[in-house]
Amino acid sequence: MAFKIKVNGKTRTADVDPDMPLLWVLRDELDVKGPKFGCGAGLCGACTVHLDGKAVRSCQTPISAVGAKSVTTIEGLAAVSPAGRKLQAAWIAVDVPQCGYCQAGQIMQAADLLAAKPKPTDADINSAMKGNICRCATYTRIRHAIKVAAGLATA
Amino acid sequence: MAFDHIEEASRRTFLKVSAAAGGGMLMTFSVPMTAEAATAADSGPNDLTLNAYVKIAPSGKITIMAKNPECGQGIKTMLPMLIAEELDVDWADINIQQSPVDATKYGSQVAGGSFATPTHWVPIRQVGAAGKQMFVTAAAQTWSCPEGECRATLSKVEHMPTGRKLDYGKLAAKACSLPPPDLKTVVLKDAKDYRIIGKWTTGVDNQKLVTGQKLFGIDVVVPGMKYAVYEKCAVFGGKVKSANVDDIKKLKGVTDCFVVEGQSTDLMGLAPGVAIVGDNWWVINKARENLKIEWDEIGKGDQSSEKFAATAKTLAPKTPANSIRKDGDSAAALKGAAKTVEAYYSYPFLSHANLEPQNCTAHFKDGKMEMWAPSQNPQPGKTLVAKTLGMPEADVTVHLTRMGGGFGRRLMNEYMVEAAWISRVVKAPVKLVWNRADDMAHDPYRPGGFHAFKGGVDAKGNLVALEDHFISYGEGDKYLSAANMTNGEFPARFVKDLTFGSTNMPGGMPTGPMRAPTSNAMSFVFQSFLDEMAHAGGRDPLEFRLEILNRPMIPNPPPPARPGGAPGGGGPGFGGPGFVPERMIGVLQLVAEKSDWKNRDKLPKGRGKGIASYFSHQGYFAEVVDASVDKEGQITVHKVWVVGDVGGQIINPSGAENQVQGSAIDGISQALYGEITFDKGRTVQSNFHDYPLLRMNEAPETEVHFLLSKNSPTGLGEPALPPVIPALCNAIFQATGKRIRSLPIKPEMLTA
Ligand code: FES
Ligand code: FES
Repeated sequence: MAFKIKVNGKTRTADVDPDMPLLWVLRDELDVKGPKFGCGAGLCGACTVHLDGKAVRSCQTPISAVGAKSVTTIEGLAAVSPAGRKLQAAWIAVDVPQCGYCQAGQIMQAADLLAAKPKPTDADINSAMKGNICRCATYTRIRHAIKVAAGLATA
Repeated sequence: MAFDHIEEASRRTFLKVSAAAGGGMLMTFSVPMTAEAATAADSGPNDLTLNAYVKIAPSGKITIMAKNPECGQGIKTMLPMLIAEELDVDWADINIQQSPVDATKYGSQVAGGSFATPTHWVPIRQVGAAGKQMFVTAAAQTWSCPEGECRATLSKVEHMPTGRKLDYGKLAAKACSLPPPDLKTVVLKDAKDYRIIGKWTTGVDNQKLVTGQKLFGIDVVVPGMKYAVYEKCAVFGGKVKSANVDDIKKLKGVTDCFVVEGQSTDLMGLAPGVAIVGDNWWVINKARENLKIEWDEIGKGDQSSEKFAATAKTLAPKTPANSIRKDGDSAAALKGAAKTVEAYYSYPFLSHANLEPQNCTAHFKDGKMEMWAPSQNPQPGKTLVAKTLGMPEADVTVHLTRMGGGFGRRLMNEYMVEAAWISRVVKAPVKLVWNRADDMAHDPYRPGGFHAFKGGVDAKGNLVALEDHFISYGEGDKYLSAANMTNGEFPARFVKDLTFGSTNMPGGMPTGPMRAPTSNAMSFVFQSFLDEMAHAGGRDPLEFRLEILNRPMIPNPPPPARPGGAPGGGGPGFGGPGFVPERMIGVLQLVAEKSDWKNRDKLPKGRGKGIASYFSHQGYFAEVVDASVDKEGQITVHKVWVVGDVGGQIINPSGAENQVQGSAIDGISQALYGEITFDKGRTVQSNFHDYPLLRMNEAPETEVHFLLSKNSPTGLGEPALPPVIPALCNAIFQATGKRIRSLPIKPEMLTA
């Protein structure tokens, strides 16, 4: 079945099974590789993208559920999200990544948090970010980088 | 690995300078890369193989080829820092590339065993300094002045009397016609003049990572590429009796499905299975639901964790089958002790759980194999592919990709040979991607184990006798990979009457090194039991350890043969070769000071601090954990203090702190959650719901200090992990009076 979806500002088409998760449409059909495959079960957050600015797990979102909503991935975040740009700059300055595999998902989730709560508390950060696993355990720096992006700390 | 081997590495470094294609200067050099390479008795052809390069273009741009794979340990940033410092160039002018895998050019390329720092520290800087000296010579010749009037800084040589300056880029053509200086004679910078070493330097790939560029193995795209999944028997090494491949081939989106005979003996080789190939990974992964495979479980279908535990219990009171160490007469010393303690410890198997599932892309074409592999140890992968497919190694090319986590998992390369085999069958480029359940079910697990301890203290409460019967996995005196124990486990060498022995149980599962191999388990059991002995003797756990460390050391018996398995396996245990007690005393005292250890009794009820220390991979670490336990047995880890002595210079403070914080939290995650169990010969856990990893809301604050000692820098990927686990368990004892003798820590252990 042919689907038209808006990805990072461009309309793209994919002729796929309606059940196919957005993650695999993005990665294997549209060559958008920023969203990562970690668990395929909504448990790790590596695949996090935005649907109309809200963070969702793309491995749990069938293509048929996307409809007219705009899909933003890490590749397109800077173009539409001032908070996203600040987060990316903070991630570099704080030197967050180790292997880096989880970090696209972490930043997408953090951008959703800052859009809702521009000055998050530690409790806000915990509850927003606890669905995103970092196997390298860079949590200390993720927390710090979010605060830097929010203007609550310096790098 | 002893330090004379590191010096040996330095002695064998070889530098060649030539004109670069397209102008500029090319410095190629060799560095023996691993303990194995550095200690090999017959030095072999690799020794004089040039395995890395630096190119200085006429424009002044500098390219450094990074040869070691990057899995998150920061090596791709750190090694170029060393060159750039001594070459004396601006860090901003540097462009770093990842080299392809080619043993004939780059020598051994391994990320494991924390060897990169000690083996590169001197030779890589010497190469940089030699380059700088050649630019000085070239400038002096240009100006016809003595070299002593010239000095080089930031990619320029300056004629000091006149202030004239020449860029490296302009000097490159002349410099590369000069003979390179003898590396032993080049003068290295004084540490106080460092501009790059010791400065907070952010990862060279950060910009690409935060914008989602394609860096990882799983992101590789080759034109015309197909996707593959590979179903193996859940019972390790089981063979395919029959499979409904024709039904699968009819499914929409499936282009091929076939049985791979493989073999059952090497679980890290090409195991038997069924491959499904198609145009979208999700489609073929879903097609697996329709697979009907009849397996031959090769007699291993009744193995279970429960049975292993029961067998271990019956073996524990018996005489150990193997002797690991015997000093004095521990039986007599126990009899004479004022107080004795017996305790039985156990820890589970663990999965590496890399966040990027194992994957590899292979393209077989015209008799040659080209591969893109996220591997920590690609050279043996290349050999495995060539051997299994019966082709010359020269016909296998491997490109390295960034890895979504290593931790030792990617020292193994079975995903490479699977991808290669499937590509040759379907005659197309193929990207094989495992799903999370595959990854959990087919890991070279950190082996579990059991320890039956007996210890005795004298009337003063000092440790006078120790016995350990280690029940592990293997046959006779051959341990499964990373299931061994060294004869130097602390407090060996400090207790006159001490016996270590082991008995192995046959185990049919794959095992292998995981971050701080063997140490990650030994630290838990030994540092916890020492805490028990300190309490039995009525002594402060810190002071109890310091008393032991202040005793004269008993010489080590000759080291046993290096344990089998991949590089990175079996780091020297605490007390093993090279151990300097004063350095451990130093980190223990500093961590006690930083964590306000002496006031720990003032913590509220249900909250406690625990201490532990461990020596591995030449790093000395002491850690204190502050944790509390509530009525339901729920644990909150408030803070971890880490003090490490990894030599006199932290090369990249950012990378160093990140590694240490990650190691500490990784250890806490293992202690609270990590557990792989087997039932009916299969792994029970399948994803992060039943193999949880610690999350943001549970991550403690971490405070990291480095104690700078007058020693060469050593690696940081591993040694900060082992002590955090017993430090947490000892904190829980302090908080609740309950001793944790089995991991992971479960709330029910704390409520009973
Ligand atoms: S891959 Fe989607 S949550 Fe893990
Ligand atoms: S940086 Fe490796 S998983 Fe987060």
